[in-house]
Amino acid sequence: MPIIESQNLTKQVVSPEGTLTILDNVSLALDAGEACAIVGASGSGKSTLLGLLAGLDTPTSGRVRLDGIDLGTLDEDGRARLRAGRVGFVFQSFQLLPSLTAIENVMLPLELAGEAAPAEAAREVLARVGLADRAGHYPSQLSGGEQQRVAIARAFAARPKILFADEPTGNLDQATGARVTELLFSLNRELATTLVLVTHDESLARHCTRRVRLEAGRAQEAKPKRVRRPTVRA
Amino acid sequence: MLRYALRALRRNWRAGELKVLAAALVIAVASITSVGFFTDRVRLAMSQQAAELLAADLVVAAGQAAPAEWEQHAQALRLRTARTASFPSVVLAGDNAQLVDVKAVSADYPLRGALRVADEPFGAERVASGIPAPGTVWVDERLLGVLGLRVGGSIELGAQRFGIAQVITFEPDRGGNLFSYAPRLLMNAADLERTRLLGPGSRVSHGLLLAGPPEALASVRTWIETRLREGERVLDVRDARPELKTALERAEKFLGLAALVSVVLAGVAVATAARRYSARHLDGAAVMRCLGATQGFITRLHFLEMLWLGVGASLVGCVIGFAAQEVLAQLQAGLFATQLPAPSLQPVLVGMLTGLILLLGFALPAILRLKSVPPARVLRRDLGPLPASALSVYGTALAAVTALLFWQAADIKLTATVLAGAMVTLLVLMLAAFALVRALNLLRGQVGVAWRYGLANIARRAQGSVTQILAFGLGIMVLLLLSLVRSDLLAAWQSKLPLDAPNQFVINVQPDQVQPMQAFFSARGLKEARLHPMVRGRLTALNQRPVSGADYSDDRARRLVEREFNLSWSAQPPEGNRIVAGNWWAEGARGVHEVSVEKGLAETLGLKLGDALTWRIADREMTVTITSLRSVEWDSFRANFFVIAPPGLLDGYPATFITSFHLPAENREWLAQLVRAFPNVTLIDVDAIMTKVRAIMDRVNLSVQYVFLFTLFAGLTVLYSAIQSTQDERLYESALLRTLGASRAHILKGLAAEFVAIGLLAGLLAAFAANLAGLVLARQVFHLDYVFDPWLWIAGPAAGALGVGLFGIFGARFVLNRPPLQSLREL
Repeated sequence: MPIIESQNLTKQVVSPEGTLTILDNVSLALDAGEACAIVGASGSGKSTLLGLLAGLDTPTSGRVRLDGIDLGTLDEDGRARLRAGRVGFVFQSFQLLPSLTAIENVMLPLELAGEAAPAEAAREVLARVGLADRAGHYPSQLSGGEQQRVAIARAFAARPKILFADEPTGNLDQATGARVTELLFSLNRELATTLVLVTHDESLARHCTRRVRLEAGRAQEAKPKRVRRPTVRA
Repeated sequence: MLRYALRALRRNWRAGELKVLAAALVIAVASITSVGFFTDRVRLAMSQQAAELLAADLVVAAGQAAPAEWEQHAQALRLRTARTASFPSVVLAGDNAQLVDVKAVSADYPLRGALRVADEPFGAERVASGIPAPGTVWVDERLLGVLGLRVGGSIELGAQRFGIAQVITFEPDRGGNLFSYAPRLLMNAADLERTRLLGPGSRVSHGLLLAGPPEALASVRTWIETRLREGERVLDVRDARPELKTALERAEKFLGLAALVSVVLAGVAVATAARRYSARHLDGAAVMRCLGATQGFITRLHFLEMLWLGVGASLVGCVIGFAAQEVLAQLQAGLFATQLPAPSLQPVLVGMLTGLILLLGFALPAILRLKSVPPARVLRRDLGPLPASALSVYGTALAAVTALLFWQAADIKLTATVLAGAMVTLLVLMLAAFALVRALNLLRGQVGVAWRYGLANIARRAQGSVTQILAFGLGIMVLLLLSLVRSDLLAAWQSKLPLDAPNQFVINVQPDQVQPMQAFFSARGLKEARLHPMVRGRLTALNQRPVSGADYSDDRARRLVEREFNLSWSAQPPEGNRIVAGNWWAEGARGVHEVSVEKGLAETLGLKLGDALTWRIADREMTVTITSLRSVEWDSFRANFFVIAPPGLLDGYPATFITSFHLPAENREWLAQLVRAFPNVTLIDVDAIMTKVRAIMDRVNLSVQYVFLFTLFAGLTVLYSAIQSTQDERLYESALLRTLGASRAHILKGLAAEFVAIGLLAGLLAAFAANLAGLVLARQVFHLDYVFDPWLWIAGPAAGALGVGLFGIFGARFVLNRPPLQSLREL
């Protein structure tokens, strides 16, 4: 059974100029452990798709199943509970809480999932991303690359089944971006996480086992490596 | 969850986001608890002394001595008894005269509590044994000071000379010495006869004191109560010092309401800070939602975090309030006879609840908004929750204020009145502030770049500016009212009194002393001194229906009906009296059954022309008709009467005479001469009373000012919260300006312009409001011509500009100290 599955996902927004279709009948299925890049130009609907797959937003029509559960049957809080401990995120703008130190940011998902010893686990992951000595620093005291490494540590801390990443290297220079990419994928392999990655960076997308290209809201499998069944109907 | 919220609080505290919110809470709670602790101590002092306040278990109080038979009956039931007689009189020492409060006591006084004495003024205090020996008196320190005497010296009281044996330092049944203006003189009752001070009609309060086992007391009480005559009352501990109790309740209410002004202002700061807190936590809440936190979790987390903050800040506020009340108690020292006991813990509860109600009422809508942040905000920053509705924001705040008001006032009518009055005032002031802000904007074209920047800031944040102007305006206005306007009114009142307004009253003049006294006055050139007759009578029926205090709901009316009236007679309307309805009796009319009634009294008691009043005067009843109503100049310091009868009607009833005269300061020795010539009369030195009353008013005024100091502090938190809520904007703008080449001095000038202008406007508003309040008070309440005081318009704006300017620059100095690059990078 696929761990993420969407059927005929459509998202429309009503604006003064009329109805705007951002996503148009997108269907895809991802098995556990797969890494899928969603690529496309700015405004092609990548982030919207990611938001819908993660249950951060609701589609105009269509269905999403996450870890076997139909998101349409859940309310906001139900979707939040589903994410807790099961889903991790890495964002382009890091989204670290400015009032929390590095380690406190990493502890956050563990605390939300009700882990017994969040501090220890957080310290371990922080060491894994090479920031053990910066645990007590605030986001404003860290460089961009360091902030994103804290964000990655936070994303993997609760050992989620699924990781959503939205342009994780978008705000970083090339060298730093490369190091962050390296870290992201090695952790992904170690923990056998299912990865959904939104990017317009082809080199980043190449690290993934699958690539879905979005164009004007329609999806298209770019280079299917294993064709077990048709997973995309555009 | 509780611990997690505490941890979250610690993290946010470290980030410095909650400090203004906490400061506002601390100030609000400190202001409420300082008043709470203080009134609590006074109340405790009163209840601790209650048992001793009467110096007995039961007292039969009357204007005449209780029959010996009653005392014998009580003694037969094994009760202990004592007698007291108190009256004002004048003592002489050489050429000096001084009004004293005489108390003559019998051997066993006091039955409860103890007298304390010292051998010299301010000497070591000890419990007295017995009462003054015959031929000696005990006096308080003040009398010795005024007359320049020592223990061992002697004084004349009436027809008798007494040796001063002790200084009296404490007397159980004197209670708080609030409003007692004359020093105490304690003497042995056995000497009373020989002083020849007490003639018929003298103003003496007699007490028969009883103490013993409760059953015997109850039995005697019932026995006596069936035999009580007119004007006699049985008092127990519960009745002790009722006027002090009412005064305290009033003071408590007033100071409580005054403290509430700071609480409400602090509420504005709390609301501003909470809005900023919520805005800064939107991202965090979105991330948490993203990581699986439910809406309930987000709400609970922030709610509990606020609760922790509320509890912590309120506790700190209580501690500060406790320290502040000590100052309040010092300001009032001397108004109370004894050392105040330590307060109870009840005000802590009041403070904590106030803090929490304030926090919930003003911060809750902003906090609740956090739960509805869409999780997709992590992908798109522009997504936010719907703004909290105006109804929920103002509704909860209004509910909180109403709850606090009702709690302080404990009276629905008062709550509604204060609330409505405050809302109307606030609305008017708000409109005025708004107009000022708009007017300021017109100036922008005419000033330099720094000022233009400052003024633009005020106009752009018009809503915030209006709030700040209001907050400071209120604080400054109250201080102006209490200082300048108050002294203006006092000066206006004093200037209205003629220089030769009477400053001495002589009461208790016997009929056979009228001629000699007039001779005494004219020999000294005091021609205007006219002696008015006075007969004491009780109102028993109105239009043939019996009247009692219980018929009236109004306190004043009840007191008037229960007391004896002083009835006078006159052929013409007295000077300063004006007939406003009906007609004065014809020239030469004698003994007609008519009276003229003072207009205010008629209104209070609901009397009209033609009503029949029945009076009981010395065991006889007499019914008269109201034929005229008069207005009276009460503040003329002449002898004035509520009820005046025509000549002849009151002949044959026991009368005493009263007069007033102006004693020039250089002729003080006339007082001693007067007392020597007429030992039984009572002299009341109005100058001395005025001095005493003014001293009390000054003290009370100081306390009120002190409580309103918290209002200014609360105003400062409003300013700080407003500065903080615009911090990011200011940082960004000043970074931009500096990148464009503005110097630090430029930025500083812009800031100064902004805050000085706000302070100036607040001061203007305050001067306007204080002037208006002064005008209304003068015209409507005191009936004076209000003199326009230009100082108001100088002091108000100057204080505002200086105070707000300095604190504003201090609060916003972060703008100057941050390198522009850092600001641009972080925002």
